[in-house]
Amino acid sequence: MSLRAPEVVSSPTKKSDLVANHNRRWASGFVIAAVLVWVFYTFLLPHLGSGVNTTVRQWMPLNSINEALVWVICAVGLNIVVGYAGLLDLGFVAFWAIGGYTAGWLMSTFIQAVNPGFYFLSSAIPNQPGIHLNWWLVLVAAGCLCAMAGIVIGAPTLRLKSDYLALVTLGFGEIIPQIFLNAETFTNGAKGIAPLDNVAPLPFGPASVAVGGQTIKISAPLGPFDVSAKYVLFVIVAAFCVFVSLRIREGRLGRAWLAIREDELAASMMGVPLMRTKLAAYAVGAFMGGLGGVVYAVHNNSVFPDRFNFAISIILLAMVVLGGMGNVWGVMIGALAVAWFNSTGLPQFGDSFNTQFGTNINFPSYNFLIFGSILVLMMLFRREGLFPETRTRQVLQEAERSDDEELDGGEA
Amino acid sequence: MSAATEETTLALRADGITVRFGGLVAVKNVSFTIPQKSIVSLIGPNGAGKTTFFNVLTGLYRPSTGNVILGERDITGQSPHKIAQLGLGRTFQNIRLFGLMTAAENVMVAQHSHTTSNIFQIVGHTRHQRREEREAREFAQELLDFVGIGQHSEEYARNLSYGDQRRLEVARALALRPAVLLLDEPTAGMNPQESAVFVDFVRRVRDDRHLSVLLIEHDMSVVMKVSERITVLDQGEKIAEGGPDDIRTNERVVEAYLGRTGTEGSAR
Repeated sequence: MSLRAPEVVSSPTKKSDLVANHNRRWASGFVIAAVLVWVFYTFLLPHLGSGVNTTVRQWMPLNSINEALVWVICAVGLNIVVGYAGLLDLGFVAFWAIGGYTAGWLMSTFIQAVNPGFYFLSSAIPNQPGIHLNWWLVLVAAGCLCAMAGIVIGAPTLRLKSDYLALVTLGFGEIIPQIFLNAETFTNGAKGIAPLDNVAPLPFGPASVAVGGQTIKISAPLGPFDVSAKYVLFVIVAAFCVFVSLRIREGRLGRAWLAIREDELAASMMGVPLMRTKLAAYAVGAFMGGLGGVVYAVHNNSVFPDRFNFAISIILLAMVVLGGMGNVWGVMIGALAVAWFNSTGLPQFGDSFNTQFGTNINFPSYNFLIFGSILVLMMLFRREGLFPETRTRQVLQEAERSDDEELDGGEA
Repeated sequence: MSAATEETTLALRADGITVRFGGLVAVKNVSFTIPQKSIVSLIGPNGAGKTTFFNVLTGLYRPSTGNVILGERDITGQSPHKIAQLGLGRTFQNIRLFGLMTAAENVMVAQHSHTTSNIFQIVGHTRHQRREEREAREFAQELLDFVGIGQHSEEYARNLSYGDQRRLEVARALALRPAVLLLDEPTAGMNPQESAVFVDFVRRVRDDRHLSVLLIEHDMSVVMKVSERITVLDQGEKIAEGGPDDIRTNERVVEAYLGRTGTEGSAR
């Protein structure tokens, strides 16, 4: 170790500044894209010819974008646990389910014991039994409930290391939907909770305003066909999750997560309380999972236990990995792409293919095959995901060098 | 702080530490003190129990018997992060930096326990949080300048040269504002010239940062030059303690290192 006097060097551009610029660019892109999509579907599409209309409705219905946004919200939440803190979680669907059922309990006639019904800033049909809260409040409630569930699930499991943790989370991901299936008194079992209250964008203000020949609902309840209004609501929730992810990343908590991901032992020796920090990652991730659950329930206007299966956890994880672990923007794009591919892209492609070649292949039934192949190819040729974090890109692209260093490092 | 008794002038005191792994006794009834603002070394042949003892101090192992007192607090059996917060900083024999974080971020991680912003303040970017971040960044820069790698503050730790990584480890440990700094074989992989510079560096750390230093070291020239007191372990037991000159001539130490004269040439 030589001891140079501190040299006077023009201070290098701060990485944090670069990150901030990078995020600003992506954020403006996100907002512009979101607004353009809304304008297109609300104002332009009705005026376009029926040919265009049909094509768009087939290939990119707004409904599929809405569903993709649900996935974005959950994937961004999972990214906090997996991408930021490096904790493998195979049971994220549990939080999705808890969020969904919270919406079921707080926004429907299901809880008949509350009679006359309890209404709070709700746009639901009056004079029914059950709890009817404003859906923004339900979001908060579901988020908090899930965060608590995350802590309760995390406290015993987070003491485990990587593989064992993954297995235990897998178990919880299976148990919780089963509870919802079997606890009929509280969840209506396999029959699920339906319908949910029709939500309104705002609890007050004019019922609706007319803009450019279209009626934009403000405090009027949204029906099943008000997809573009729901789109706005979902985008806002997704934007909130992205915003929280980015902000947390730059603070002391985000640094501690990253340190734990890099070297848990060293992190604890530097005064980072492992348990509490990991639990925080779990809670924040679960909070977003809860938001996703509510949004999903609103999207479907119902909650059914069979929707919350193991495949969801895996697909979410694939979204995070495909998009680029740790990078919120990459995860968002990964989630949009995979969700669209699953719900619309593949079936539509199959239909076109079958019509074109006169075949009769059931493409959607091959979705996991295709999906799996894509994942294998990704792992072979682009392990860092489509849009990796700058940090991760570095290692994965010089994998051999880092392997050598590991050997030099000695102790694992 | 209060009366200048023996007790209060000690930065760290370990009393009768014994560590058993199953039937194996790795450390046997070792007592050990680090006076304030001193540089002490722990040496011994391979397998003497140095690392085990070190791990007891940092909270990685719980001793089977005995107590560790840091300043005036009993830290026996506390979790490693708690001990770190109470003022015990360390570096690692095999460098363990957070490779994909910048040098500045590495040092800022170690300030985790000195910052208080909660999750809402972080998301809300409150004034308190922004001030804390700024101060943490400034302190990190100060420490990086102190160890001489200030110009690399925005470089990922894994890209730094070996020597710079060692220095970053020291800067990171210093960010804990420790009372005692434990250096685990810090001159491993250094040439004699670098080791000589390192001796000055350790003194400068001690003087500028007002702390005590505990070294585990194999390089005897470094140990003899820098230490004010040396403790020698062999087979889990303390066999000698004293100044460099005492140790150099201590029969049991020579025996432990070179083997008993009269038996086979190399005893170990």
